[in-house]
Amino acid sequence: MSEFVQHGELGQIDTHDDAHDHHPNFVNRWLFSTNHKDIGTLYLIFAILAGIVGLALSIHMRLELQNPGLQYFKSGQAWNATVTAHGLVMIFFMVMPAMIGGFGNWFVPLMIGAPDMAFPRLNNISFWLLVPAFALIMMGLHSGDGAGPGWTLYAPLSNSTYQSGPALDYTLFALHLAGVSSLLGAINFITTIFNMRAPGMTLHKMPLFVWSILVTAFLLLLAIPVLAGAITMLITDRNFGTSFFDPQGGGDPVLFQHLFWFFGHPEVYIMILPGFGMVSHVISTFSKKPIFGYLGMAYAMIAIGVVGFVVWAHHMFVSGISVDTRAYFMAATMIIAVPTGIKIFSWIATMWGGSITMNTPMLFAVGFIFLFTLGGVTGIVLSNASIDQILHNTYYVVAHFHYVLSLGAVFSIFSGFYYWLGKMSGRPYPEFWGKVHFWTTFVGVNLTFFPMHFLGLAGMPRRYPDYPQAFAGWNYVASIGSYISAASVVVFLYVLYRTFTSKERVGNNQWGEGATTLEWTVSSPPPFHTFAELPRIR
Amino acid sequence: MDKTMYFLRAPALALIGVMATAPVWAQTASQNVGVPHNWEMSFQNAHSPVQAGIAGLHSLVIWLMALVTIFVAALLGYCMWKFRASKNPVASRVSHHTVLEVAWTTIPVLILIIIAIPSFRIVYFQDRTENADLTVKVVGHQWYWEYQYPDNGEFSYNSQMIPADEIKLDEGQIRNLSVDNRVVVPANKNIRLLVTSGDVIHSFFIPSLGVQRYAIPGRTIETWVRVDGPGIYYGQCNQICGTNHSAMPIAVEALNDADFAAWIIGAKKKFAQGTTPQYTAIGSGTMTAEARQ
Repeated sequence: MSEFVQHGELGQIDTHDDAHDHHPNFVNRWLFSTNHKDIGTLYLIFAILAGIVGLALSIHMRLELQNPGLQYFKSGQAWNATVTAHGLVMIFFMVMPAMIGGFGNWFVPLMIGAPDMAFPRLNNISFWLLVPAFALIMMGLHSGDGAGPGWTLYAPLSNSTYQSGPALDYTLFALHLAGVSSLLGAINFITTIFNMRAPGMTLHKMPLFVWSILVTAFLLLLAIPVLAGAITMLITDRNFGTSFFDPQGGGDPVLFQHLFWFFGHPEVYIMILPGFGMVSHVISTFSKKPIFGYLGMAYAMIAIGVVGFVVWAHHMFVSGISVDTRAYFMAATMIIAVPTGIKIFSWIATMWGGSITMNTPMLFAVGFIFLFTLGGVTGIVLSNASIDQILHNTYYVVAHFHYVLSLGAVFSIFSGFYYWLGKMSGRPYPEFWGKVHFWTTFVGVNLTFFPMHFLGLAGMPRRYPDYPQAFAGWNYVASIGSYISAASVVVFLYVLYRTFTSKERVGNNQWGEGATTLEWTVSSPPPFHTFAELPRIR
Repeated sequence: MDKTMYFLRAPALALIGVMATAPVWAQTASQNVGVPHNWEMSFQNAHSPVQAGIAGLHSLVIWLMALVTIFVAALLGYCMWKFRASKNPVASRVSHHTVLEVAWTTIPVLILIIIAIPSFRIVYFQDRTENADLTVKVVGHQWYWEYQYPDNGEFSYNSQMIPADEIKLDEGQIRNLSVDNRVVVPANKNIRLLVTSGDVIHSFFIPSLGVQRYAIPGRTIETWVRVDGPGIYYGQCNQICGTNHSAMPIAVEALNDADFAAWIIGAKKKFAQGTTPQYTAIGSGTMTAEARQ
């Protein structure tokens, strides 16, 4: 009950501001922001900009790989630095800010009927830590020979002997800052979701997107400190003469791999779970049906999160771990396919019998299901420690994780973006150009990443700027695909331009009877402060 | 992969090679067998029992997975067409179906069991060999490989990539794959591989032989290989190891017993001078090899 009273007090303050629609001045609103919607907007703008930088890095790489020989990079180290920066930028500065910081901030409070996040100032610093972190990543890329141990940072290549100069220290410190940012965000989300749900909204009535952010926040809370420990040890190895990971001082390079992947594997679920949540809403809305098997969907995400913590060494099948250990991690990894399968089939069952309209968000959602399935089944192939012996670190792995991330996570981000763009901006996006964006993206990314399966099966190792002539054909096709993907981003920017210059306005509920969550009960865009009076959930 | 096919095929290829190239070279006529081909869409042909096992299991898995993908795609397509709003204006409200939910939980489990049983068998089979006929120690360096023969008098030598401008295509050399000194092993013998590194982590990776283990400084990792016929089998370093990561390929030459015995005698002389250069300075490999000749 005390919870309710507390909300009531906040509500009164909200009513005051809401009535005057009082906005702080520009500096106070955007630099010192404590409003979850403004911070969400900042995160989304940041993610779009970082995504364009990450894309530019990948186009630079595809130009190099279009033909055998070294053409666009001055050395292998410059190439390695670009590979490293591309991975880190896309993970920590594009996917995570968009999903968790952007959509999480915008819609978790709206969906649970809370006036704001639990800790608004913490929310602000979560965002602003990312900006210097991103600057440090760019310094790591550009200073000296660049930081080039790959995003996995394996020691001893990441030791000061092999990555000399401050470049990699910038990158490691960037990861510390981004990690603190994520950790504070996670604490904020967990507190908000547990304490600030509207009266009547039990955990089992909570929208699936909120469930997905809750599970993601717990994964962050448990995984990020392990990364922080590992990179702190790496920093002291590099700068203060310790030898945690240096065999010449009694350290163990494989220990670093264990620590990294204990973080790294949950991290890949961190990048996809919010996407699961968003896609659930989009599929339900555009099928005009409630989500099929709601509880199964929620608990499947929890299962994925839990099992995700005990599969890390499948990234290390050829690192000399014992054969029994390989057998265990293979079995545990395969088990993840079961809750994932439950989700895929529940989405299809949600569509079954529905009244389906294929607007842009739905196109991206259906595209997500198909492409994520494709990325999932190659994951089953790779989970076999036997087969992985020959596919580990090849382009097959590159194809696999780009299918689940570049196609899976990014498609779900676009799905959510189009779904909520009208809600966030108050303006409709141009449907035709949205569909053009979908189809150019779909063709581009598939042309880029599908041939990589063939390259990997044939034995092309990843992180290679140059390769034998036999691999030239499919690399050429992949490069053409990446240029189409880049063109699709231009279409996306045009969609943004058209949306924000549109004279039209959308009402509270842009999508009709299928959209049932609380964000559709407030105006578009929502007032600066929402839920002055707490909604009651039946 | 039928093993007898390769017994027939390797000599046939060797014969073609002898006819096509200079007789000087024909004495140790070895053909490129384990190589990737243009527009390759699957594994390189298997030339070891381990890779044959991997390829066989992969065929099973990939067909099952293709069926799953086609099934999901078909359901999605069917839903989008059959339940489009213009044809089905009123949506059903069904959101539970216990039988279905049990089915799509248990059927994937069954599929996984079908995959896991043969997979576990191969995992244990590919781990190590009980009765090794020969041990070869592989040491990764930035950016070349060093091969040691502890069973044959402890000699060792370095293996460096042949630079692009020195590649002789007419002799069957391949840019980015051919090396100055190949690692030589007897065909049809169980060979124990002990893999380690002198600096950073590398990965000893030969696709057509089903071999891959990280070369990690401070520890030695064991695996094994049995090459099913004479020929040259190529691989590349498969763990990011610095600026020349893509320039330290692996070339395995398998010889029949007589040729291997002859090679050992020659190699002992050729590489005998120095002690094992465990931590050779970067770039000294080629110079040493030339000086020794």
